[in-house]
Amino acid sequence: MRNILADSSFCSRNSVVIKVFYVKKGQPIDMVFPLSKENIRGRFVNKVLELSGQDIFACYQCGKCSALCPSLERMDLLPNQLVRMVQFGREEVLGSKTIWICSSCFSCAVECPKGIDIASLAEALRLMQLRLNVDHLDLNKIPTEDLEELPPIAIVGGARKFTA
Amino acid sequence: MKFPYYPGCTLKAQAKNFEISALTTCAYLGIELEELDKWNCCGTVYSLATDDLMKQVAPIRVLIRAMEKGQNELVTLCAMCYNTLARANLLVRADEEKMEKLNSFMDDEPDYDGSVRVLHLLQVLKDIIGFEIIMQKVVRPLKGLRVSPYYGCLLIRPKGVAIDDPRDPRILEDLLSALGTDVIGTPERATCCGSYLTIDRKEVVADNAYRIIMASVERGAELLVTSCPLCFFNLDSRQKEAKKLHPEMKQVPIVYFTQLMALAFGLEDSLGFESHYVDPRPVLKEKGLLGGS
Repeated sequence: MRNILADSSFCSRNSVVIKVFYVKKGQPIDMVFPLSKENIRGRFVNKVLELSGQDIFACYQCGKCSALCPSLERMDLLPNQLVRMVQFGREEVLGSKTIWICSSCFSCAVECPKGIDIASLAEALRLMQLRLNVDHLDLNKIPTEDLEELPPIAIVGGARKFTA
Repeated sequence: MKFPYYPGCTLKAQAKNFEISALTTCAYLGIELEELDKWNCCGTVYSLATDDLMKQVAPIRVLIRAMEKGQNELVTLCAMCYNTLARANLLVRADEEKMEKLNSFMDDEPDYDGSVRVLHLLQVLKDIIGFEIIMQKVVRPLKGLRVSPYYGCLLIRPKGVAIDDPRDPRILEDLLSALGTDVIGTPERATCCGSYLTIDRKEVVADNAYRIIMASVERGAELLVTSCPLCFFNLDSRQKEAKKLHPEMKQVPIVYFTQLMALAFGLEDSLGFESHYVDPRPVLKEKGLLGGS
């Protein structure tokens, strides 16, 4: 799966086709997205740009981020696909596993030729969910024996990333 | 030589062995690490959101405590603390408006002026003491001990706060060579261990630990060396889960770089190996590097 890098996309006058490789299923799926000003410079995209502070539109899909990502196998959208979907204003990225699997290791950020930090993008997308006051992780469900074993940096770090 | 020192929460809990070995080896090298008075948690992870100033209050408050000491340096041991403090520092240095907002929010505190330089202990050892001097101070060279340095993420990424070249760091290798060890490099030395995912996705972290450790084992390493208490936990304790996923896995001890320094300096009382999940003592005894029991 690590060999599959960039998605290929095809634009027509009013729609864009993105090949999405779902890592688990292994089959490329064509997704047809309507192309409109509302999607590309809509509220969602603007919010992501503002929160992440990243120039998402600078991405030209070289795929280096996905080649380097240590968590790729567990993601449903590869990092470069996540960027692509955000460029097209696809709000369903908020439901992807990828944004919760990213452990902010900044491997992609170090190598991105356009200076984009995808960890910050994932953080922005997580926050858009968490700010609806929905926790991703219920701290009460962590078994007591785990809490006794886990170092405070793991608990505080996890709580900061996964709870509202 | 005296430095203000910020321990952070984990060095007072699971990583006591890191703190004790660091303080003892520093004292041996003539460095006094003076713990800040009244410090607070730095927040452990730097907030990546542009509008989330609230999460910068904690690290900036720590920097104010350091500023009050009148010395413009602050030494950290934990890689997560280092990263959070150094990035918060960069943020306010570059953004006057954010600095002002934070200062006016903390109006019971003296204003932070951006003057503190956050240092990781490895930088002090390399740039202020020098590995040459460290080599001269070694009383028991760790000859024949095959160790693999593991950087993790936060000491070398992102670029703005990297203590060494993010693509090809040498600082741990150089220190370990000065101690006399055989250094085993691996392609996984800076691959993320899974960090805070360990809180609810043990299997992910265990799998990463397996990959990182096996890369070292395959190249003949007997020990892995880290400088981050969360990497330490994920690589050491999560070997329990990793072994369940990969029964053929060879368990390998994980140590802090300060523990190997203490060993090489003959400071055996400050090693703290008893709290490790995988005990490093058998391999060290086998190599004749650890006396007594």
